[in-house]
Amino acid sequence: MSLRPRIKLPESTRPGEIIEIKTLISHIMETGQRRDKDGKPIPRRIINAFRATFEGQEVFNATLYPGTSANPYLVFNFKVPGPGELELTWVEDGGAVTSERIKLNIEA
Amino acid sequence: MKRLHHMSVVARRDVLVGAGAAAMLMAFGRNVLAQAPKVDPATPVPSLFEQALEEILGGAKPLTAKVSLEIPEIAENGNTVPYAIAIDSPMTETDYIKAIHVLSTVNPLPHVASFGFTPLSGRASVASRMRLSKTQDVVILAELSGGKFIISRRTVKVTIGGCGG
Repeated sequence: MSLRPRIKLPESTRPGEIIEIKTLISHIMETGQRRDKDGKPIPRRIINAFRATFEGQEVFNATLYPGTSANPYLVFNFKVPGPGELELTWVEDGGAVTSERIKLNIEA
Repeated sequence: MKRLHHMSVVARRDVLVGAGAAAMLMAFGRNVLAQAPKVDPATPVPSLFEQALEEILGGAKPLTAKVSLEIPEIAENGNTVPYAIAIDSPMTETDYIKAIHVLSTVNPLPHVASFGFTPLSGRASVASRMRLSKTQDVVILAELSGGKFIISRRTVKVTIGGCGG
């Protein structure tokens, strides 16, 4: 899946701080409710799940339905326990996975 | 499509059998129609929204509580309605908001999204964008770590419908 997510979080943080993480991934989020010009149903194809983990521990997750707009945008918080890596994962219908790893920049 | 407004009062089966059947097919898709329960037409059938709500609640009675919900009162474009939810709660190992479910009362498919939180989330807060097919209520259902639920409801007027209709 050649999806390019956009991720925004503070450039640096410190342990105990609650930071905001913004993500946006380009995707049509085809609802499965529409029909093409010949009247045939257009099959559903959406990003159905998102997960954020930190060093293997769950931070936040989302189950998305066709009621979520195209190019799913998600903003959530994360209480930084210390240095480590965040992993963000998007799952499309059919099982294709896009994932990004971000190393936290901890202030000295 | 005015019939849709009566969904919770009139049995869904009645409506489907009615003159608007073609339009309803478009709205609900074939599989849902095929699954329509066979009941006495006089018995009111819960709307898809009510079914979805009950599925999450599993018999629990939600408390009506104040949930911070930022959403436009009037959405000009139902294809992308921004919203932000925040619930004032501790986020400790023993007491935290486990999930926030977002439902629409009239969309062809009531589920919008379900969000899961952990103490590592720091705050029970989320922002995203939803589709709204027409003017309706948005229902926020939050699940506490102890198993209780809180519910909050807000009407959003929609000028141009979403859901690719």
